Amino acid sequence: MNRQEIADANRRRYEELRAAGQGSTAKALPAPTALDGAPVAAGAVIAREVVPYGWYHTVRLKRGEALRIVDDTGRSSVSLIGWCAHDTSERINCADTVKVQWSAVLSKGRVILTDMGRVFLSVIEDTSGAHDLLMGGSTAASTLAVYGEVGRNTHDNFLAAASKLGLSLADIPPCVTFFAPVSLDKEGRFVWTAARKRAGDFVDLRAEADLLLVVSNCAHPLDPARPAAGGAVTLLHHRAPVPAADDPCRTTSPEIARAFVFTDRLHAGDGP
Amino acid sequence: MNQLLPDPADAVYVHDVPAERPWSKILKRGQTLRLIDTEGQQAVDALLYCAENPAERYSAQDTLRVQGSAYVGLGTRLISNKGRVMAEVTADSCGQHDTSAGCCACESNAVRFGEETKYQHACRENFILELSRYGLAKRDIVSNLNFFMNVPIEPSGEFTVVDGISAPGNYVDVTAEMDVIFVISNCPQINNPCNGFNPTPVRVLIWDPPTA
Repeated sequence: MNRQEIADANRRRYEELRAAGQGSTAKALPAPTALDGAPVAAGAVIAREVVPYGWYHTVRLKRGEALRIVDDTGRSSVSLIGWCAHDTSERINCADTVKVQWSAVLSKGRVILTDMGRVFLSVIEDTSGAHDLLMGGSTAASTLAVYGEVGRNTHDNFLAAASKLGLSLADIPPCVTFFAPVSLDKEGRFVWTAARKRAGDFVDLRAEADLLLVVSNCAHPLDPARPAAGGAVTLLHHRAPVPAADDPCRTTSPEIARAFVFTDRLHAGDGP
Repeated sequence: MNQLLPDPADAVYVHDVPAERPWSKILKRGQTLRLIDTEGQQAVDALLYCAENPAERYSAQDTLRVQGSAYVGLGTRLISNKGRVMAEVTADSCGQHDTSAGCCACESNAVRFGEETKYQHACRENFILELSRYGLAKRDIVSNLNFFMNVPIEPSGEFTVVDGISAPGNYVDVTAEMDVIFVISNCPQINNPCNGFNPTPVRVLIWDPPTA
């Protein structure tokens, strides 16, 4: 093939992938979990932690374990970053998560990717579907701008938690924030939709490698509510059901199926 | 818009970055760097680090939060992970730049386009090589700027790299507000429309701050 023929072939493949990822042939994602759905059996619980407003917590998840994050009051947002235990330079990557799934929306059936073409976390349960991958968490500067004084914030929480793991500022990647209903209007401006938050909303995140996760319970910078209104969140570390062959998270698209092949290969001892 | 543009004849530095190659330089506070998309439709991935303390670096999420909107253009202040203004976009003849899609990598190419694309050159390879000159490494690579890359994000969340809108000769000017290590990868991606499926050279110009 000459240069033009290669370019034409690559464009055809791109348009086919786009149609499969977004268009009429896209596989339907599972419906959201009901607020009273997906109970965790008492015997599956490994640990439970209540994180007060403004604070953070670090969780070590083994591959196959899950972290349930519950917005008990419907007034919290929870920002999350994390690293792979086998190599902390492999970590959560929000840009690849959005780009590879052709969507900035995270919901049940979606995954969060690492920077190494592998799956970091699978969203196996989710009552909300209103999460933010683009704008990030609060910082000293953002609390000063919004509240007129520097308050507890996600950036400082991440820094403290990372430091206690032997990591530092350079290790802190862009974050995902759960229960943060951020979307864009037609002009590309960020919009907050408070009506999409409910008391008891939760996500279940299944670890696809041994992970170090940090969660921060601070108001999202777009949330018009003030920190005084913030509530505690509950973390439930539990053993997730073993994924079936047709596990929704593993089969949404050819891209994600490949990401799981590469992930499984690493754990079979055959990967970089 | 774009008032008092510097004259290319006054530039203190001019360099053509070949297709698919990286480039970097320390941009002093007050200096202006112009990227010219010489042949059009060429994405240029860029990262900025505080020269004094490179752990402070460009943050896409902080930049978008401060701006309140999702695309980079004239007037966008480039914010660090410590909340400081590193630089500002002071001219832009293209009008659409991304900072949410990250850079291409061998590993993500294999996921997106198939394992047969794993051994194609990628922006992250460029970034790693260029960052090594400053003692930086893979972990220092964060969500970057993608100049001249057209990535509309719909109200539905649909997120797509589409054909670039930059015409031959389109440019973007970035004026430094602190001394920064300015690193670019002239994107080698051939599997999506960000480079028109045909990577091409770009030109870098630098001006000193205008004297009073």
